[in-house]
Amino acid sequence: MKDKFFIANKQFNSRLIVGTGKYKSMRECAKAVELSGANIVTVAVRRVNISNKKKPLLMDYIDPKKITYLPNTAGCFNSEDALRTLRLAREIGGWKLVKLEVLGDKRNLFPEMIETLKSTEVLSKEGFKVMVYCNDDPLMAKRLENSGACAIMPLAAPIGSGLGIQNKVNIRIIRAQTKLPLIIDAGLGQASDAAIAMELGCDGVLVNTAIARAKKPFEMAMAFKNAVIAGRQSFLSGRIEMSILGKASSPKKGII
Amino acid sequence: MRKIKKIKIKLNGKVKLINEHYKIQNLLRDVKVPIKKVAIELNKEILDKKKLDKIKLKKNDKIEIVHFIGGG
Repeated sequence: MKDKFFIANKQFNSRLIVGTGKYKSMRECAKAVELSGANIVTVAVRRVNISNKKKPLLMDYIDPKKITYLPNTAGCFNSEDALRTLRLAREIGGWKLVKLEVLGDKRNLFPEMIETLKSTEVLSKEGFKVMVYCNDDPLMAKRLENSGACAIMPLAAPIGSGLGIQNKVNIRIIRAQTKLPLIIDAGLGQASDAAIAMELGCDGVLVNTAIARAKKPFEMAMAFKNAVIAGRQSFLSGRIEMSILGKASSPKKGII
Repeated sequence: MRKIKKIKIKLNGKVKLINEHYKIQNLLRDVKVPIKKVAIELNKEILDKKKLDKIKLKKNDKIEIVHFIGGG
């Protein structure tokens, strides 16, 4: 049976979504995206640099016809700013699939969930397909689902922290309660973190800093690609029961 | 010769002097922005890109031109 991955009724081949921030150059970013095999990249909405017209444009390096752009609201600390940003993003090129991220604290970058919930409701009513960055709180995740979110994206740990999944139990509970795509967003540090997320039953992971700031971003992009595939296969294969005692792998019969 | 009157507007947060009776289209041409790759907001209202030649700029108008950049 083919293992298919859908977000908002659109099928994607890769379960790895990558961010396009923090790279040394656009060229490096585009190459890392290619090597990661990602079909979706997150992008930010910012003012055009009017004084420097020669500044390269992201769209010149990553073709939005080949790779799905997922506009985000990074840097927004209230619902009003987030809505404004995503309405502008839609205007740039008709994007309806968006990533909502309303932050509440400048130091830990945790999501402000009350504003996030309000924004999800408004955006869904306006026809947006909203993938929502959220805390790893099962109750909030349920409320987002009821408000029209098209994907639940709990953090593994604070954005850019590289700590990996801090609360596996909560992720498992969220997995058990929702049929929506569950994508770990933020806080992964190395490829094995992505494999763990997939083994917990997540549908995908979103990675930016762990690839962009690795000593070798291209190699790390490939490592994440493989880890997501391996983790998914492992999850689908059905792991063995855990035991605190040893069980010999070789038969006892015929021991000399 | 009659001097063209200038008015003050704010473009992406910076004060800019433009000719009176300027339309959004004229301004975008001046700053050489690829219209297909941006979104434009006038006083917090998103503009329909098909109507840029019809909207005249007024004193103290606030224009924001945004595009996609790398982000996580």
